[in-house]
Amino acid sequence: MPLLQIRNLTHWFGGLRAVHDFNLDLEEGELVGLIGPNGAGKTTVFNLVTGAYRPTAGEIWLNGDNLVGLRPHQITAKGIGRTFQTIRLWNELTVLDNIRIAHASRIKYGIADSILHGQRYRKEEKEIKEQAMELLTVFGMEQYAHELAKNLPYGAQRRVEIARALATEPRVLLLDEPAAGMNPGEIGELLDLIQQIRQDFGLTIWIIEHQMRVIMNICERIKVIDFGETIAEGTPQEIQNNPKVIEAYLGEEAF
Amino acid sequence: MRKLYLPLLILLLFVIIIGGSWLGIINDYWQLVLLFIGINIILTVSLNLINGYMGEFSCGHAGFMAVGAYVSGILTVWLFAEDKVFGPPVLPVAWAIPLFPLALIVGAIAASLVGLLVAIPSFRTRGDYLAIITLAVNYIVKSAIENMEVIGGPRGFVGMKRVMNNMADVFDAPWLLIWTFIAMIAAVLIIRNFMASTLGKGVEAIREDEVAAELMSVNTRRIKVIAFMLSCGLAGLAGGLFAHWPGGYINPGTFTILKSTEIMVMVYLGGMGSISGSIISAIGFTLLLEILRPLGVFKWVVIPLLLVVMMLVRPTGILGNRELTDVFPKLRAFFGYEEESYALASD
Ligand SMILES: Nc1ncnc2c1ncn2[C@@H]1O[C@H](COP(=O)(O)OP(=O)(O)OP(=O)(O)O)[C@@H](O)[C@H]1O
Ligand SMILES: [Mg+2]
Repeated sequence: MPLLQIRNLTHWFGGLRAVHDFNLDLEEGELVGLIGPNGAGKTTVFNLVTGAYRPTAGEIWLNGDNLVGLRPHQITAKGIGRTFQTIRLWNELTVLDNIRIAHASRIKYGIADSILHGQRYRKEEKEIKEQAMELLTVFGMEQYAHELAKNLPYGAQRRVEIARALATEPRVLLLDEPAAGMNPGEIGELLDLIQQIRQDFGLTIWIIEHQMRVIMNICERIKVIDFGETIAEGTPQEIQNNPKVIEAYLGEEAF
Repeated sequence: MRKLYLPLLILLLFVIIIGGSWLGIINDYWQLVLLFIGINIILTVSLNLINGYMGEFSCGHAGFMAVGAYVSGILTVWLFAEDKVFGPPVLPVAWAIPLFPLALIVGAIAASLVGLLVAIPSFRTRGDYLAIITLAVNYIVKSAIENMEVIGGPRGFVGMKRVMNNMADVFDAPWLLIWTFIAMIAAVLIIRNFMASTLGKGVEAIREDEVAAELMSVNTRRIKVIAFMLSCGLAGLAGGLFAHWPGGYINPGTFTILKSTEIMVMVYLGGMGSISGSIISAIGFTLLLEILRPLGVFKWVVIPLLLVVMMLVRPTGILGNRELTDVFPKLRAFFGYEEESYALASD
């Protein structure tokens, strides 16, 4: 059974049909790309899957659980983590706190303990902090732990966002244009990082990206949408030579 | 060893304030000022949870204070004093001494339940609209009390002085000041501890980016309910203490938008999201009100002016969203919080 199954997903914004009849089967361990011109509906698909929007129609299943109608934090707790197209870190909080907070769904102590700081609280908080520091170490960012997120360089902020998504312990990681705004050197590092976390965390990855270098390099399978409609699906080579895709991108520089 | 400094300092303050009041070294006037300082600290740190840490704009804090004041005031008068409406005391008067804090807690719980009136709309509304809702709740509470003739309506409710006198007759001690001191310390610790926890940090995540918070597994609705109930409950606690002040009466006119504004001024003067800032500004502001008392109504010219100057010179308040220990790192050796040991290590 596929890990993530999406069936006939459709979403209307008022009179605008942003996503129409979108289908996807994501197998455990796959790395799949989602591309399309600006305004094609890519981010909307991610927002539907993570519960930020409730779909007008369609079904989303994660490992047999229906996700439609759940609140975003519940979906995240079930194992879908994500990053955002424009960075959405909690700017005035430290990097460590950004990572810590993403452990929220696994906190077992209650409200009383959060105030009284009993033994169980201290044990759990110690674990959370250790896990958060470990994660930062994997990302080579332990020296930033006590910096405010807003003070980090752009590339580092992008990495913190990925680390924060991983702190939610996802099975499927959704990356929305992680290479946006990066220079070629940083993109190279990002590709290595994605490959590394994929292995280390046993992740299934679904990535939206405009940078063809990223998509063609790491994706095993790509889906192309335009005006909310799926126009092509296949391996990077198949997609590159698909006339419909070339037409959709006509006038865009990316191809 | 260093962990003992703070408890020792608190104990010392307690001994000086309570001992001094007991022996009469601190006169009635200064006892009253100390009482108001304690109450204002509770009000300020509790409102800071909503307006500072959570970044919402609640401007009806006095409404929750009123709920706590009336509930615990009525409760103690009914239980421990002879009253025209409620008749003779229900319980032996001596029980007032151990049960007084319980009455305060009941008032706090009542206020925190009324806090749900704000917490639930906050799921869907933010900013200006939520501010209007908090204002409305303040009005609703005040009007509801005005229309309840049994508890004095607009004229107010009396009888708490008899309760305090009865307590002093059983055993002479500055009871109200004692409980105010304890409640003040408790309120500060509750907010500090909660905001140090990973659970409580969700409050700040909501302020910084609510959508991202929810998507990164924070149950934002639960956090909002906790934050509002905690904040409103503490306001109710402050109200319960205030109800028993030596003046002996409370009336709906005390808990107006003006009172709410006063609390907001203290929060913004001290700095959003700063507990030490809230404490400093609650002390400073209470003293300022006393200094300006001879001016009568004109203090409401001076205070807003002060606020305007403050916003121009230092828009983030005295401490911004830092703590005293961030400004003077050396203090950390004395008051440093174990949770912050990471920060110490990186210095
Ligand atoms: N919250 C919203 N309300 C109304 N319309 C929206 C909303 N979000 C997106 N849209 C519209 O839906 C369409 C798809 O938007 P979406 O952000 O999903 O595109 P995208 O493929 O991610 O584009 P880009 O490459 O620019 O990020 C666009 O026409 C957009 O204007
Ligand atoms: Mg997008």
